[in-house]
Amino acid sequence: MNPENIKQPKAVALISGGLDSMLAARVIMEQGVHVEGINFYTGFCVEGHTQAIRNQDKNKPKRNNALWAAEQLGIKLHIIDIVEEYKDVLLKPKHGYGQHMNPCLDCKIFMVRKAKQWADENGFDFIITGEVIGQRPMSQRKATMPIIAKESDVGSRLVRPLCAKFLPETYPEKMGWIDRNKMHDISGRSRKPQMALAEKFAIDEYAQPAGGCCMLTNEHYSKKLVDLWQAKAANNQTRDYTLDDIIMLKIGRHFRPKENFKVIISRDEGESNFLRGYRSEFTWLELTSHDGPLTIVDGHPTEEDLLLAARMTARYSQGRDADTVEVQLTTLDGVSKILNVEPLPADEVLPQWHI
Amino acid sequence: MSEITQTLNARRLLCPMPLIRTQNAIKKLQFGEILEVICTDPGTEYDIPTWCRMYEHKLLLQEQRETVDEMVEYCFVIEKGNKEAE
Repeated sequence: MNPENIKQPKAVALISGGLDSMLAARVIMEQGVHVEGINFYTGFCVEGHTQAIRNQDKNKPKRNNALWAAEQLGIKLHIIDIVEEYKDVLLKPKHGYGQHMNPCLDCKIFMVRKAKQWADENGFDFIITGEVIGQRPMSQRKATMPIIAKESDVGSRLVRPLCAKFLPETYPEKMGWIDRNKMHDISGRSRKPQMALAEKFAIDEYAQPAGGCCMLTNEHYSKKLVDLWQAKAANNQTRDYTLDDIIMLKIGRHFRPKENFKVIISRDEGESNFLRGYRSEFTWLELTSHDGPLTIVDGHPTEEDLLLAARMTARYSQGRDADTVEVQLTTLDGVSKILNVEPLPADEVLPQWHI
Repeated sequence: MSEITQTLNARRLLCPMPLIRTQNAIKKLQFGEILEVICTDPGTEYDIPTWCRMYEHKLLLQEQRETVDEMVEYCFVIEKGNKEAE
């Protein structure tokens, strides 16, 4: 007998922290398969923590949802940093972008391929995803399911337990490790079948990120990313980015009054504290006469531009109605000086400056 | 408490980077060796203890410390368990 027939099969499940991937893992665990989770960090993941920088989100649980989901399932989770490798996916997606800067299909292929590599290295037999046909306009369609399996090199070792009944038989089914009748035929964007299944498994708490778990499907975030790339191009730089670059896009109000500089103004105490950590790498401004935000200036501002940044900082401070306020400006060399400025009137913050 | 083998500076890193760095640092240690991790992301207060439970590493200490500039740091001291993170 093939030894693969007698040992306990092992599967690795892509765990996002959302409900579908939890259910998919659980459906396979129920069939006696040893399951462990894998989660990839691209740098664009919407995480409770990053959101929790803001005061308004302080009541949300501060935790890694994938880790939390894995603990609920009683499985191990392996979190893999793919920030560097992911740049190729985002910068040159073979299948293009979705509605915003989201390369969903290439991303899914990449993650499944990475999961397969991990499975091969660690002696796991197959891969599980929580994909549902028709759920996502770009990557989760009937036509894309075989593309993902083929281009990730995983072939018939990829199991989608939530919609398996619509798909061809997989290797683990042929081997008798799992039973097609114990898998599902969920399709479309309704969440009802998943909620019913969650109830059956007594899963009563799960993360429900609006718009999925990736910042790249967010219109405002995508605009900021495109602006970052345009600014780099203007400086003859490539679209390459650092993790700091892309995290900064999540924090504060972003303005580009002129091509040569960008102003990031914190929206609350939480964001001020976060931006404070970057002070040594940027020119920054803060009011000394009133309470107000922390402002970071990126790019190559002139003296005049910094004066405008100071007036904008004042505009978003408690001193916005004062005749003048005192703003401390600290440049990259660590030298500080005080500017006495008039807060910029609201109607002088031009709409086209907003990124 | 036994001596700290290695200290990991995970300040300013946001979720899940402190956890990824912790996971990678623990992998390189021997059973019984001790890793200290210092973070500024409050989410680590949940994530690191959860991860330790999951892999049966011993969390010897978990505490909040205030820094000189009145920021909060989260400090964890972890003894590597004998069930290696496979």
